[in-house]
Amino acid sequence: MIPLSHYLILGAILFSLSVVGIFLNRKNLVILLMAIELMLLAVNLNFIAFSHYLGDIAGQVFVFFILTVAAAESAIGLAILVVVFRNRSSINVEDLSELKG
Amino acid sequence: MQDGISMELIYLAIPLSCLAGALLAGLLGWKIGRVGAHSVTILGVAAAFVLSAFVVLPDVLAGNHFNGTVYTWGVSAGIPLEVGFLIDPLTALMMTVVTFVSLCVHVYTIGYMHDDPGYQRFFSYIALFTFAMLMLVMSNNFLQLFFGWEAVGLMSYLLIGFWYTRDSATYAQLKAFLVNRVGDLGFLLGIAAVYMTFNTLDYAAVFAIAPQMAAKTIQVWPGVEWNLMTLIGILLFVGAMGKSAQVPLHVWLPDSMEGPTPISALIHAATMVTAGVFMVARMSPLYELSETALSVVLVIGAITALSMAFVGMVQNDIKRVVAYSTLSQLGYMMVALGVSAYSVGIFHLMTHAFFKALLFLAAGSVIIALHHEQDLRKMGGLKRRMPITFVTTWIGSLALAGIPPFAGFFSKDMIIESVHNSSLPGSGFAYFAVLTGVFVTAFYTFRMLFLTYYGKPRMDEHTLKHVEESPWVVTIPLILLAIPSLVAGFMFLGPVVFGGYFAESIKVLPAHDVVGQIAEHYAGIGPFIAHGLQSAPFLLAVAGIVTAWFMYVRMPHLPGRVREKAGAIYTLLLRKYFVDEFNEFVFAGGARAIGRLFWKIGDVKLIDGLAVNGTARVIGWVSTVIRHIQSGYVYHYAFAMILGVFLLITFFLHR
Amino acid sequence: MEFKQLIFYFFGAVLVFAAAMVITVRNPVKAALFLVLAFVSAAGLWLLLQAEFLAIVLVLVYVGAVMVLFLFVVMMLDINLVRLREGFGEYLPIGGLVAVLLVLEMSIILSTDQFGLKQMPDPGSLPADHSNTRELGRLLYTIYAYPFEIAAGILLVAIVAAIALTLRRRKDSKYQDPSQQIHIDRRTRMRVVKMRAEKKS
Repeated sequence: MIPLSHYLILGAILFSLSVVGIFLNRKNLVILLMAIELMLLAVNLNFIAFSHYLGDIAGQVFVFFILTVAAAESAIGLAILVVVFRNRSSINVEDLSELKG
Repeated sequence: MQDGISMELIYLAIPLSCLAGALLAGLLGWKIGRVGAHSVTILGVAAAFVLSAFVVLPDVLAGNHFNGTVYTWGVSAGIPLEVGFLIDPLTALMMTVVTFVSLCVHVYTIGYMHDDPGYQRFFSYIALFTFAMLMLVMSNNFLQLFFGWEAVGLMSYLLIGFWYTRDSATYAQLKAFLVNRVGDLGFLLGIAAVYMTFNTLDYAAVFAIAPQMAAKTIQVWPGVEWNLMTLIGILLFVGAMGKSAQVPLHVWLPDSMEGPTPISALIHAATMVTAGVFMVARMSPLYELSETALSVVLVIGAITALSMAFVGMVQNDIKRVVAYSTLSQLGYMMVALGVSAYSVGIFHLMTHAFFKALLFLAAGSVIIALHHEQDLRKMGGLKRRMPITFVTTWIGSLALAGIPPFAGFFSKDMIIESVHNSSLPGSGFAYFAVLTGVFVTAFYTFRMLFLTYYGKPRMDEHTLKHVEESPWVVTIPLILLAIPSLVAGFMFLGPVVFGGYFAESIKVLPAHDVVGQIAEHYAGIGPFIAHGLQSAPFLLAVAGIVTAWFMYVRMPHLPGRVREKAGAIYTLLLRKYFVDEFNEFVFAGGARAIGRLFWKIGDVKLIDGLAVNGTARVIGWVSTVIRHIQSGYVYHYAFAMILGVFLLITFFLHR
Repeated sequence: MEFKQLIFYFFGAVLVFAAAMVITVRNPVKAALFLVLAFVSAAGLWLLLQAEFLAIVLVLVYVGAVMVLFLFVVMMLDINLVRLREGFGEYLPIGGLVAVLLVLEMSIILSTDQFGLKQMPDPGSLPADHSNTRELGRLLYTIYAYPFEIAAGILLVAIVAAIALTLRRRKDSKYQDPSQQIHIDRRTRMRVVKMRAEKKS
């Protein structure tokens, strides 16, 4: 038997890995978007685990919607990435500092 | 004679006629011209004099005293603030003296200020001064007294600095006003103490309750209790010290000689400086209740009398000699008041007003004759060229030195005898001081006379050729003042001092009644003079005259030799005991240093630098630090968010 | 160890490994492929949790569509691989530290003391004819019908947005603009000429 906490800790590990990916990655904007997907995956894992252990299928419904929105968001994110690349010919995150105070 | 209502009108008319003259001359002086200006003011002051001397004085002598309110200015915290008159013998005497001297000075000014561009302004000022002085002496409550007090101080300021384009004049006027202010601080505190104790500002009410408050004490600061009457007496006397130029608040009087001579005569000899003496006499019911306060008055008066006489010996400016003489004589008056001989003090005030004003006006006559030369060392040989001035100066000098039958002898002799009879602490020293002062007074007075009129002329040829007797507008007042200097003594000693003239207006407790002791032996003027001729003061006065004659007529080179021998003492006296230097260094310098401290450090460094600019600088510095948070990099922001999450988790974990 | 536990640890390990690789490899194509691996192992884990529908959807939609999209974009962009070779070593300590701390803290919270088998017992396997899809559908089209429609709206907006952002028109393509065609102005269509009514013979 696998206790719930195992799944939760696994989700936590995934989450922190993706967080590390977000702020350690300074070279590639695509990796950033991928790290976001990982984050969403971790959250989904949490939801499914709770849904299973609590016997409530609402968790899975939530995951359903998360998947939908995540797909939409990644599509738009990539579209923006493409436009940025067209204008700056670079997807280096370090170059995107126009809002510097 | 007249019924009560019209007497009120007369009381009102006396100060108001002077005020009317002053306003007309001041505001419309440009329109009515010089003649118009002096006419309206002289008319006003003459009316005041006539009413004071020939209507009010006889009325008061007949026994009609008046104490009433003329106008209520307002009510504050239950205390009515009023304009009121108290007409009693003391007031009537002061009114007569003030208006008489003022009238003489007004006439004199026609000649003295003949060529001055500010002619109308001067007349307006002296008439306004007369108004203020009258309001002071006629007052029946402390508030009006204070009003008059400040008003005469203001007029003194304006008149000292009359020639305001002169630096020395503006310096002197400020000095007078500021030193007076120091005195006024004490005066105001005294009035406040009176109000606090008696809950009223009216003289009659205060004097009625005063004996009950004789033993009350007041906590000055925790642990120290002073007798209340003593405190009030001393505080009020501080005001008198400022106004009547007692040591150490005397420093303004010699500098006030920067003003034209007429005002030296009017204000700084006869009237304003006597306001302090008048005030102490008026407050006799309060002073009688405190021997400490009386001692203070006595000792300070004695110090002033003696030390100022010494300084007068070495002065080279004719007006300064007379100024220091005034200071010394004011000290004599305070001494008299200190031994509770109030009537004698006021009597001396009266005689002194006459002969001192005379001496000032005579000095002024000499000054204009010599084209505004004031240095004694450049005078001499004027006795035949200015006969009227010469004779009147002799009369005034004899009066001042205290030679019978001239006026000064009687009042001075009475003072010395009163001090001799007194047992107050400090009376021994005071007796020594006033006695020595007689010799010194005679000496410097006749030194001045001999240097001015005798010997070979020491002025330049051009001036000498134009020396002539002054016009009648100048000499008539001299003669007018010489008459009372001659007769006022023996005529009025009996009635005023011994005859119970002052009656209820002055209060003396039996224990202090030195005048009463003298009165027991009084047998009339003749015996009084005879007794006086054998007494020490007369002999000292004669000795002083003889010494002066010897040093300045017989052997003129002697003073120079004495000066060389006694160099240090001479310097000490010439520099007026270095009091001015001390004041300049300690008080003026100290005030400036404090001001500089507040400016450089308080304002610039602390308020501007630290608070105002400092706040801006801190904000600027904080923003330079915080700016780095806005890096523009998304991953920095993400990191910040993660950090926040981490901290939140930690916080909830440890709750 | 039970079979289920073995499955769990295996898929879990692969998932963590793949995730770590996603964020560390230099080549974005490799990163995308590792992400695919991560998703597939996650799908395996979800099957273990008896969420069959979603597991399959994950593979079909996410891997099949979204990751393909990622790969398209990655390969389309002409990325300078030389610059990518530069590392990110200087920030690793602090970032790594924060991540490790985060994991540790979350582990403390999510430990077996709170979420163990005593507090949350395993409900056991569902019967063989239990259809996860049907259950989901039952909920989705009744209670959550409104959010379902909104989700559809979101997808529509995403399509429109993606096209609107990236569409580049070809300069030589011919097309008609109907609004231009019917846009007429009186001044361009009619001209008023003054003429005399009759001609003189």
